[in-house]
Amino acid sequence: MMRVIGFILAFVLLSFPCAADAGENGDVDVPEIIFGHVGDAYEWHIADIGGKEIAVRLPVIVHGKDGWAAFSSRRLMHGGSYRGFRIAGPGEKYEGKVVEADGSRPFDISVTKNVLSLMISGALLLVIVLLTARWYRRHDVLKEPPGGIAALMEPVVMMVHEMARENIGEDYRRYSPYLCMAFLFILLNNFMGIIPFFPGGANLTGNIAVTLVLALFTFFTVNLFGNRHYYKDILWPDVPIFLKAPLPIMPVIEVFSALMKPVSLTIRLFANMLAGHILILSLVCVIFIMAKYGPALLGSMSVVSVLFGVFMDMLECLVAFIQAYVFTMLSSIYIGLSRQKAEE
Amino acid sequence: MSLFTPDAGLLFWMVLIFGIVFFILAKFGFPIITDMVDKRNSRIRDSLREAGEIEAEMADALKKRQEIVEQARKEQSDILKDAAEAKKNIIDQARVQAEDEARKIVEEARTRIAVEKEMAMRDIRRQTAMLSVSIAEKLLRSKLSSEDFQLEYLERLADEAAGNEADKS
Repeated sequence: MMRVIGFILAFVLLSFPCAADAGENGDVDVPEIIFGHVGDAYEWHIADIGGKEIAVRLPVIVHGKDGWAAFSSRRLMHGGSYRGFRIAGPGEKYEGKVVEADGSRPFDISVTKNVLSLMISGALLLVIVLLTARWYRRHDVLKEPPGGIAALMEPVVMMVHEMARENIGEDYRRYSPYLCMAFLFILLNNFMGIIPFFPGGANLTGNIAVTLVLALFTFFTVNLFGNRHYYKDILWPDVPIFLKAPLPIMPVIEVFSALMKPVSLTIRLFANMLAGHILILSLVCVIFIMAKYGPALLGSMSVVSVLFGVFMDMLECLVAFIQAYVFTMLSSIYIGLSRQKAEE
Repeated sequence: MSLFTPDAGLLFWMVLIFGIVFFILAKFGFPIITDMVDKRNSRIRDSLREAGEIEAEMADALKKRQEIVEQARKEQSDILKDAAEAKKNIIDQARVQAEDEARKIVEEARTRIAVEKEMAMRDIRRQTAMLSVSIAEKLLRSKLSSEDFQLEYLERLADEAAGNEADKS
């Protein structure tokens, strides 16, 4: 029964996002559809129903040559321009972004699709965790087992907490909140990304800016609280003397490795999530490409495409968890290394 | 491609929102949950340890109880043995005493019988003597009725008396 419901749901969900882009003239611009879905936008397109577009027009906030400007993105739709700002067209350097009349880019902190998604998931995370904390404040844990939201969240939070304890050691309590936060944030956004309709569907953890910030948080946590032993290991490691003087070969490698850690964290999460999204979208697009080859091919390919889509969606659920787990575990290991005491 | 260049606006919002959410949750969210669960975990650990100790104590008590029962049983058998011995002793003693008593009674009876016999013998002897005296008297009286015999008898008495005198002197 559950499997049947799952299939129906997956079919509906999979066909939803692309339905809007299915062709007025039969030809489907696959790259545009895919990159439109994984990229950022000034509006949040929800659906087309009966030729009528349903979309959330998000506010544009920019600081251009004439100072701050804030207005609805509705004014810039369909090639419109407002107060000298317009959205760069195809072929321009900043394609799809708000630019000044001369094509230069203003300082842009618009609430885009990704930012709104970020706000929604941030609020959701706040509500979930604070409700869980409230349960613990209102109940005596020594007298009753966790119930409701606490029963759901406790294993997740404690899994990260235990991970911190194992990888960091002594003062793991200081770092456990950050690791919990990172894990839940990534996990929540990964799953929100898999949900194909509003308020999910934004490709937040598949956006390099988001993963970069996450990785930088880890980087600063590691390097600001690193102890003497950690810095000694980087600048004067225990290797034969000719490897560190007069040419500081090992120190250079160590510094490089410390700088590459956040880069690897950034790319791993970003690339995994982006690839997953692109794969699922491509599989769904197969249906729309096949539309012009007749009903037989369309029908059979649709079945194949949906089956593969379901498979990919399930795989993505797994990847959503694994990537959140890997990011958190690597962060905790890096922190643990920076807090390690010298061996006597 | 714009996919690979981080967008400044999103960077800004990400830092802001992640920072705020993290700040709030690090203060009011996660520590409360983890502290509570840690508290419960340590309680569970303590309880388990205590349960283990109690179990060991129980086993100990059971062993001790068995020992006590064993000892009681041994004491019981000892006491029974002692009692049997005491019974035998008492019976033996009583028998010895009874035998003694019986012997004493028999002895006494024997002495009394001896005494009675003596007395009876003495009585018989006396009576025999008296009887013989009275017979002798009757004999004498019948003999003394003739004159001759009287004289003769007197002489003999006188002789005897003289003899007795002569013997004396």
